[in-house]
Amino acid sequence: MVGPTRGFLGRHRSEPDGRLPPGQYDVGSGWPVLTAEATPRLVPERWTMTLDGLVAKPTTWTWAEMHALPQSRYEGDIHCVTTWSKLATSFTGVSLDVLLDLAQPLATATHVLATSTTGYTTNVPLEDLQYGKAWVAWEHEDKPLTPEHGGPVRLLVPALYFWKSAKWVTRLTFLDHDQLGFWEQNGYHSHGDPWKEERYSGD
Amino acid sequence: MIEVATNTTWGTAIVREMVHQNPMLAMLRLELPGRPRHVPGQHYIVRLTAEDGYTASRSYSIASSPDDELLELAIERLEDGEVSTYLADIAMPGDELEVRGPIGGYFIWDATTPAVCIGGGTGVVPFVSMLRYAREQGQLELLRLAVSARTFADLPYADEVSAVAAVVAITREATAAGTRPTGRLTATDLEPLLTPGATYFVCGSAIFAEAATQLLLGLGVGPAEIKVERFGPSG
Repeated sequence: MVGPTRGFLGRHRSEPDGRLPPGQYDVGSGWPVLTAEATPRLVPERWTMTLDGLVAKPTTWTWAEMHALPQSRYEGDIHCVTTWSKLATSFTGVSLDVLLDLAQPLATATHVLATSTTGYTTNVPLEDLQYGKAWVAWEHEDKPLTPEHGGPVRLLVPALYFWKSAKWVTRLTFLDHDQLGFWEQNGYHSHGDPWKEERYSGD
Repeated sequence: MIEVATNTTWGTAIVREMVHQNPMLAMLRLELPGRPRHVPGQHYIVRLTAEDGYTASRSYSIASSPDDELLELAIERLEDGEVSTYLADIAMPGDELEVRGPIGGYFIWDATTPAVCIGGGTGVVPFVSMLRYAREQGQLELLRLAVSARTFADLPYADEVSAVAAVVAITREATAAGTRPTGRLTATDLEPLLTPGATYFVCGSAIFAEAATQLLLGLGVGPAEIKVERFGPSG
């Protein structure tokens, strides 16, 4: 680590509640779009969500079936690895706990590979998806999720950097090992905890 | 497969040259001893540290060829930008900057296969690295480029890019007689660039990238052939 950068003062530090993880800034009401692919136009009626791999009951839900499940809401912050954080936002959908109860992961399952309709993948430890920590979300701040932000439906894992919250998610595959996803194969951290600044592999 | 090095260890670069193309666009040329060879399309992260230990870091596209002895990053000066205002207004030759890279194993091109590149504003920068490398390799014919900017003066590396760009779309000022009329890129602009077996690279603001990818999809380019790099705030 070199010393301070000559002449750099930095923005006024206003985070008395310690809400911003290290190296992040508050993007305010904006919400940047970062995606490596063309934005797909998904027809909700043709979208399905599947839990497979190491589960007792591999299950597929249609849009209507997913919406018939008990819904819940996340209110809190999201953090992007490119250093913006969006504070006090909200998403509505179904808690992963509901889906896990139905599909019943086997005791040997330790990790999940999420796959999007575009072929995008990302890996998440199972423990980061359980007990109120993850959702399949279709509303952002009470409005339908727009396509560029993953609409009609995306994974939401707000405790990890936001690339883990796969847009246009369609499948969660349960594994007994960690299998790197798209960004993770391209040098990003396999876990992605913003509070530990796990941005890139080796961090 | 392209051989690609990603390096996430922080190193100390020395600013050797600063060029301001215009008040909103600074080119920073850095000496970084022993840096890994990058692939055009990759980026670096610059981290600034204040006296109290507070840090801020941002990503910047590489504009230089891998064979350039210096590493060139292009900095768009954002009005409320914490890092870009420092780099554009305060940094000067001789300063040390903490950097890490090259980063990115996806939005890359090694001048061995056809590429169609569509860049808006500072989204042109990674394509400057590509075109410089392609020129050195004698492979410019593999690269097709369409670029867009509000004015010609706003177009990053305007002279270098327009020398090879098939399409230069200027959206906010009158263009010279005999050149393309003022206006955004259209399907008519892009259709002549379509190349069998090409990878399509789109880089720019979220709005630009969305428009360009929709044009490509409308022309029958498959989603799997399109690689997109979006940046900048959006609603």
